[in-house]
Amino acid sequence: MPADTPIADFDRHAEIKQALSDVEHEPGAKKPDPILVADNVVRRFGGLTAVDVDHVEVQRGAITALIGPNGAGKTTFFNLLTGFDRPDTGSWHFNDKSVSGVPAYKVARRGMVRTFQLTKVLSRLTVIENMRLGATEQRGEQLVSCMIPGLWRTQEKANTERADALLERFKLDAKREDFAGSLSGGQRKLLEMARALMVDPELVMLDEPMAGVNPALKQSLLGHVKSLRGDGKTVLFVEHDMDMVRDISDWVVVMAQGRIIAEGPPTAIMGDQRVIDAYLGAHHDAPMTQEEEERQLAEVAEAIEAELGEPGTTSEETSS
Amino acid sequence: MDVIESALRQGLGADAIIFALAAIGLNVHFGYTGLLNFGQAGFMAMAGYGLAATVSTFGLPFFVGILVGLGATVVFALLLGVPTLRLRADYLAIVTIAAAEIVRLTVGSVTLKDWFGGRDGLQAFTGTFRDLNPFSERTGFGWLTYRAYDAWVILVGWGLVVLRCLIVWALMRSPWGRVLKSIREDEDAVRSLGKNVYGYKMQSLIIGGLIGSLAGFMTALRQAATNPDDYFTEVTFFAYTVLILGGAARVLGPVVGSILFWFLINLLGGFFTWATRGDDPLMPTWLMTSNQASLVRFIIMGLALMLLMIYRPQGILGDRKELALDAR
Ligand SMILES: Nc1ncnc2c1ncn2[C@@H]1O[C@H](COP(=O)(O)OP(=O)(O)O)[C@@H](O)[C@H]1O
Ligand SMILES: [Mg+2]
Repeated sequence: MPADTPIADFDRHAEIKQALSDVEHEPGAKKPDPILVADNVVRRFGGLTAVDVDHVEVQRGAITALIGPNGAGKTTFFNLLTGFDRPDTGSWHFNDKSVSGVPAYKVARRGMVRTFQLTKVLSRLTVIENMRLGATEQRGEQLVSCMIPGLWRTQEKANTERADALLERFKLDAKREDFAGSLSGGQRKLLEMARALMVDPELVMLDEPMAGVNPALKQSLLGHVKSLRGDGKTVLFVEHDMDMVRDISDWVVVMAQGRIIAEGPPTAIMGDQRVIDAYLGAHHDAPMTQEEEERQLAEVAEAIEAELGEPGTTSEETSS
Repeated sequence: MDVIESALRQGLGADAIIFALAAIGLNVHFGYTGLLNFGQAGFMAMAGYGLAATVSTFGLPFFVGILVGLGATVVFALLLGVPTLRLRADYLAIVTIAAAEIVRLTVGSVTLKDWFGGRDGLQAFTGTFRDLNPFSERTGFGWLTYRAYDAWVILVGWGLVVLRCLIVWALMRSPWGRVLKSIREDEDAVRSLGKNVYGYKMQSLIIGGLIGSLAGFMTALRQAATNPDDYFTEVTFFAYTVLILGGAARVLGPVVGSILFWFLINLLGGFFTWATRGDDPLMPTWLMTSNQASLVRFIIMGLALMLLMIYRPQGILGDRKELALDAR
């Protein structure tokens, strides 16, 4: 897809590949230029330890995939890092500044913006209003100055232009004036990602951006994620779609039962026995074929669906 | 004809104003921000009693009383908001309904009788307001006339309603209003975009409360007295009825709802009173007696509201398409 990938990305991609080439393929490996560093992050729900991460670093400017079986603790880890949940212990630094214990909205302002596995669009606002909300430091969002349109019109216009450009890039421009609640699941994912970009973050954290997106859109979404790297942004994303992980990530971090069990470039990870065991179950020892992989992924998708249906149940049994 | 005239007079009268103001406040809370405030009567009581006690108990000027009333409302909003706005939405509902009752029982208590007058309430605080009245006799248009003092209350009241509507309109079309509406839809999404949700909810609670406080002032002024019973929890529920009837998250929803509500309830009351009056009433006595007339209007009104919720759940001014999205 060269058309979708700007030249800038090719340069960056090569640079990042080079930078990561000396990094050990071990859990908790040191990176040459980490944007995010987390230490001893533990989160327990009653007797269940959902997250237990000793050390992890995310390389600046790279696309890092966080993979792992359903229930591995990926979403919980995202919630902790972005201030939506509090850990039992742990600390983490973004751009060398501590962000542990910082409220979610301040984390976002520092430049670390996430999307949600269960999409959160603002149903009864139009698509363009969803986008405008994402812009930061709006004068019109302050109680007194909002009453005087003259003080915020210009800024609003600039934000709208930026929003329109993003909507076009994400092929949502035709839906501009529709209520976000009328969008399909895949379109909601796109809108949420575009809206997160309105914040102009340094680190974009995407929780299953491909879930529910139709195959045609998937290709262009892949292009968008790559172009983020071209823009100099760092991407950390959770994904079940192995093709996507293989295709776009520079680095892969594998979680299972709350712990990070492997790290490495995608090619190395796909063949790692620990990963195959954890991800597909220990009984699975034959090499992965395309059909097999798809069947397994379908099972994972089913398990997600089942979990969504019954939020009380955990999927520990299926993954251990 | 008398029945309709009288119902119209009520539909544009002090009750309609008070509930329009209370519901405009709730519209900011519930309609735009999604905050479940079930204690609007408490906000009204803070204002009404703040004014009355300042003037009649402590002998301070009328406008100091207004400031005390507004200040008390803000303090009340902070007391309710600080502990609950970080929690799930239902906590605010529980705390506000209880707090409003605490306020009502406190101002009606025997212990504080010297300050708030206990069950008898407070009087003699409207002197300045009366002196400002430009009308000296019955005033109005054609047959729609009110006594001089009532006309003054109504003039000031509708002035306040118009002003509040303009303010709400200006707020809600701005980016600030967009943040409130977004919080109503999904507050975690708003947080993830770097907005201080807690701060916005607090601002909403205070602004809606201040609009509600005007309803409290009007309640005290229109009868030149305050009484704990004016601030029953029912008042809050009537205000919600008015809001839903007119259409939530619409600037004019509460106003249309309030006028219609008071017009209809008085029309029904007037009609049934007329139909059961005299020795040979229109309505057979086995069906309804004159004693039951004022109760039946609430039954009919309730029925009408049920039908409205079934066939027009978005209220008079609401947008059905928008409401349907709620289901997600
Ligand atoms: N709020 C919660 N209360 C109790 N258990 C939870 C909660 N959130 C997540 N869990 C449990 O923590 C584990 C990790 O979940 P999650 O982070 O959603 O996994 P993933 O995103 O990797 O699929 C699961 O076993 C899940 O059931
Ligand atoms: Mg998850």
